[in-house]
Amino acid sequence: MGNNISLLLVVVPLIAAPVVAVLPRGRLPWAVALVVTFLCVLFAGMQLWGVLNGGMISYELGGWAPPWGIEYRIDAVNAFVALIVAGIAAVTLPYALLSVEKEIPEDQIPLFYSALLLCLTGLLGITQTGDIFNIFVFLEISSLSSYALISLGRKRQALTSAYQYLIMGTIGATFFLIGVGLIYSQTGTLNMQDLTIRLPEVIHLKTVNTGFAFIMIGVALKLALFPLHLWLPNAYAYAPSVVTVFLAATATKVAVYVMLRLLFTVFPDSFVLATHAKDLFIVAGIAGIIVASIYAIYQRSVKRLLAYSSVAQIGYMVLGIGFASATGVTAALIHLFNHALMKGALFMAVGAIIYRVGACHMKDIHGLGREMPWTFGAIIIGGMSLVGVPGTAGFISKWYLVSAALEQEAWISVAVILFGSLLAVVYVGKVVEALYFKPVTESGRSASEAPLLLLAPTWVLVFANIYFGLDTELTVGVAEKAAAILGVVNP
Amino acid sequence: MDFFTDHYNYWVVIFLMMVGLYTVISRGNLIKKVIGLNIFQVSVFFLYISIGTVEGGAAPIITEGVELYSNPLPHVLILTAIVVGVATTALALALVVRIKESYDTIEEDEIHELDHTL
Repeated sequence: MGNNISLLLVVVPLIAAPVVAVLPRGRLPWAVALVVTFLCVLFAGMQLWGVLNGGMISYELGGWAPPWGIEYRIDAVNAFVALIVAGIAAVTLPYALLSVEKEIPEDQIPLFYSALLLCLTGLLGITQTGDIFNIFVFLEISSLSSYALISLGRKRQALTSAYQYLIMGTIGATFFLIGVGLIYSQTGTLNMQDLTIRLPEVIHLKTVNTGFAFIMIGVALKLALFPLHLWLPNAYAYAPSVVTVFLAATATKVAVYVMLRLLFTVFPDSFVLATHAKDLFIVAGIAGIIVASIYAIYQRSVKRLLAYSSVAQIGYMVLGIGFASATGVTAALIHLFNHALMKGALFMAVGAIIYRVGACHMKDIHGLGREMPWTFGAIIIGGMSLVGVPGTAGFISKWYLVSAALEQEAWISVAVILFGSLLAVVYVGKVVEALYFKPVTESGRSASEAPLLLLAPTWVLVFANIYFGLDTELTVGVAEKAAAILGVVNP
Repeated sequence: MDFFTDHYNYWVVIFLMMVGLYTVISRGNLIKKVIGLNIFQVSVFFLYISIGTVEGGAAPIITEGVELYSNPLPHVLILTAIVVGVATTALALALVVRIKESYDTIEEDEIHELDHTL
């Protein structure tokens, strides 16, 4: 097998997607998609193992040597992100069976799984490739399929949210494309490794500076960096439950990876983080944490509340990037992983409520915590992780972020991180209050615990939240190694 | 003056880019937004093709006696981008059709009103 694993990781879901689309109705499309995602986890795991033990993997597509051909270049950073994406997909798929049967019209189910696999292909492709134009192509593959997936939500607002996301996402991707074009015009290369070598010579040119700005704004739109997050709350709130779980845990994370890769590997540090760019990231991160958390408190739909919380959590990651130190980037990578776990678990639990009650407005979920104890437990532990209670994964992220801020004596950032946790207590508390302390509604009384097939994947992620809160060897070890590969050092 | 005439293709690109982006932002009609998005994307295609030109270069097809060729790579890249653009437009129009079916309008302000009265 060797290096072929890196290619198979992208090709297997890509080939499976059209196959799934033409399969007969019933549970066969789901079963095929399930097998494919399990294969992807296997490949991604083997790839990470290979990278950690044997060093970087380089795969030349079609035998064309880089920088002319497209190269898949895998080190600890992308292998780590690929494993997160594949892992979340593999946990989501068992969950999808019942939830999708309930929320998606029967004749669209094969197409639904086909789009989901295409989205997975795009996201994995972004992590694998070493070619900057290839990133644009995979970005669009994942985005186009996610617009289609979001539009399948039951309410008609799903259509307008998908449309809004499409407009903003396309503007973001086109900005990225403009930036790539400008940089290609000065360097004559698209291979990211080659760019690293050639960019220092031309870094002072206005064209390169402009290209860099276009690329960063494009990526910031995709990762929903405040204030470019406007598409995210609606898209997450109205998408089918499974789509929300999958996108919330993977799509923005992959965009964060792209930003990390471009900032630290492709563009030389001196250019990027010496001037005001660094402050800009910190300010955007801080504003995102505070404003989005306050917005989250005032939401009446649990899904929207969690979506705004996602925008705030992205703020934490960007803050970590803005510190531009090894600890900061390690913190961003750890939070990238942990946030996928906590938001995955929380959105799955909310999806289980929607499965039983058909809605997730605050007034619809009154008292449900007592009728659905296991779902409620998942929300409690997921919420604690979101707040950053010791013993959960969220605590580890916050710990590293605060250490990174303390290292640079950035007192405001320290205060904001802690204040953000307090705001998280408030909005998680609101959900818990509605679920447990309010009298149960008429329709809620007939609700029973969610089926095992929904609970099991949810609790897998809940246990992962606890496990990675206690045993940090894997996450911190890999994240530190990844930060070292990205070439960030503590100033 | 030379600055304008020598780079007239880039001025066209900038003009189209602004027209497209302004249309996307300012129009409330969902179809007009898609058209604006298209103009915006087309401007980027022009940008890439301009970049690929080599002064005095021939079309990049191997011919005897020709030494200098234009760079074909940006053209190939933009072929991919055109395909992406077509797919985006198709998906956007499909969404507009379904929005029209469920709201009976494609004006943004009317859609907002309908959602709030619910």
